[in-house]
Amino acid sequence: MSQPFTEEHELFRKTVRSFAEKELLPNVDQWEEDELFPDEVFKRAGELGILGAHYPEEHGGGGGDYWFSVAKAEELVRGGSAGVTMGLLVQSDMATPCISDLGSKEQIEEFLKPALAGERIAALGVSEPDAGSDVAGIRTTARRVGDDYIVNGAKTYITNGTRCGFVTLLCKTDPDAGYGGISILLVPSDLPGFTVAKKLKKLGNHASDTAELHLEDVKVPARYLLGQEGQGFYYLMQNFQTERLIAAVSATAGAKLTLDRSVAYGRDRMAFGKPIIKREVWQHRFVDLYTLNEAARALSYDAVSDYNRERYELGREQLSFDVVRKISMAKLFVGDMADRVADECLQFHGGMGYMDECFISRVWRDQRLLRIGGGTSEVMKYLIAKTMGF
Amino acid sequence: MKILVTAKRVPDPEQKVKVQGDAIDLSGMNFVVNPFDEYAVEAALRLKESSGAVDEIVVLTIGSKDVTQQLRSCLAMGADRGILVEGDDDSLDSEQTARIIKAVYERESPDLLLMGKQAVDGDNNQVAQLVAGKLDLPQACFAGQLELEGDASAITVGREIDGGMEFKKVPLPSVVTVDLRIVMPTAVKTAGSKDNQEYAEGPRYASLKGIMQAKKKKIDEISVGDLGVELEQWVKTTSVETPPSRSAGIKVESVDELVDKLQNEAKVL
Repeated sequence: MSQPFTEEHELFRKTVRSFAEKELLPNVDQWEEDELFPDEVFKRAGELGILGAHYPEEHGGGGGDYWFSVAKAEELVRGGSAGVTMGLLVQSDMATPCISDLGSKEQIEEFLKPALAGERIAALGVSEPDAGSDVAGIRTTARRVGDDYIVNGAKTYITNGTRCGFVTLLCKTDPDAGYGGISILLVPSDLPGFTVAKKLKKLGNHASDTAELHLEDVKVPARYLLGQEGQGFYYLMQNFQTERLIAAVSATAGAKLTLDRSVAYGRDRMAFGKPIIKREVWQHRFVDLYTLNEAARALSYDAVSDYNRERYELGREQLSFDVVRKISMAKLFVGDMADRVADECLQFHGGMGYMDECFISRVWRDQRLLRIGGGTSEVMKYLIAKTMGF
Repeated sequence: MKILVTAKRVPDPEQKVKVQGDAIDLSGMNFVVNPFDEYAVEAALRLKESSGAVDEIVVLTIGSKDVTQQLRSCLAMGADRGILVEGDDDSLDSEQTARIIKAVYERESPDLLLMGKQAVDGDNNQVAQLVAGKLDLPQACFAGQLELEGDASAITVGREIDGGMEFKKVPLPSVVTVDLRIVMPTAVKTAGSKDNQEYAEGPRYASLKGIMQAKKKKIDEISVGDLGVELEQWVKTTSVETPPSRSAGIKVESVDELVDKLQNEAKVL
């Protein structure tokens, strides 16, 4: 594949790198401890064009192609906290793509533009206490009454949930209709009946806030319905593609950084008279890991390339099964690769690696989410098998 | 008013420099805008934003076509136009560089020539002074603070000296070089600055919007010949060598031993 990055991509990469290294990295230890990073981070990312990189200019974006978002995701990991990266990527690539694709003029002005400027924090409301991977099993309902929907239900594991300005909410407008009864509503968090039930404690991604949300008779204006009623499941499946793609790209770059930092440690760390990286057993293990990482990057880039072609060059609204399959494969493969990299690098650090003060312990905790969030590895395999017609 | 800012590309200071034979090996080297020049661009942008008196910021660089990349990054920060004088930026000495800048100055006739105090590759710190001399302009070097008069007729330049800051008011046009402190939050002021106006410390990062706009900004390419500049080499590099590596230290047992070693081995007493 030819080199996808132009001079503009490289300049943007430099900006994101400076932002991550100078404005995130020095603060993330504190944010991890606080279990929250400040709202201003969204604003600053918005100012620099990080959130809207690949969105059209008329939607408040940078007007670039998807490779801008790839550069962004690859550099954000230098901030050293997957929690912060996730909070930002939910804002830019998970809760908002469908608004750009389907939103009315009003929805774009009211939700998308302030979200991409970092002024209105966005969350994606899919999972529920009783439904995660089984999206069709959600129980949150939206009943049409006059010009409003009356929304009732609960959402959980919601990133940015404790302080979001609105939720891109998946709900059932026809509770008896299965997949076909699902719709997406844009729900402002300041409506009466919308409450943050609790802030959830997590294994990793500590700097990111995660919430359980309750909605009790929340009156949502019908004009906040995204696209058409009953199409929500299909919209969400499209929306998931960028979420998975950006997660794969980000985690691959993160794993590369972890490998480089671990090798640097191994050059200084002496055991039995020589640096531990000079031990052949570790050299071979690192060779395997770097090779896996390189393969993961190639697969992810290939998926981005296909996605970029269908969306930006051919201008298709619906992605082909081939692209969906490749994106699912990339997320699946990267999940396993990142898992192995984090685990072996922690092992390489020995006792030091088990300590909170060593970066690798945070990496190890954080990366575990990748096989779960945005669709579990098992769901990826289910989807891949489906598209292959087994 | 018009501000002309010079920007040189230098090897990334955060990279390890490789020495090949008797020269620095520039192959595979990553280049960046000289940090002090980036500070000068930032200072120019602050002057423009707060005064309303600056119509145009022009960034000048010398080098091969590759240097367009660094020039573009200054435009992405917010400068208005670029000038690339094609030449071999590695081999130019300070005198040659000063001659080129003088010629461009005469073509552009800016009201202020703003430069980094030195480039971090050669660390010569000579060009601005040479240019000012050739143009017979006032010069104020190592600015840590700048304050532009309301009618843009003069600029007050503050620089750090032992025990404090020294301020000098310089009529425009003139040549000013900037030091690191020029990118502190309140270092640049104009008559239009708000009382509590503060910038984020450091040169700004190019926003994506700025990067996209920079694509459409004009870069004039000029050859040294077009400028009518004669370029004979004044400084020749005869050899390059690394400093001798430092040997390990020792612990001495007593003061007497220390004095003895300082006298007889190090020969510093």
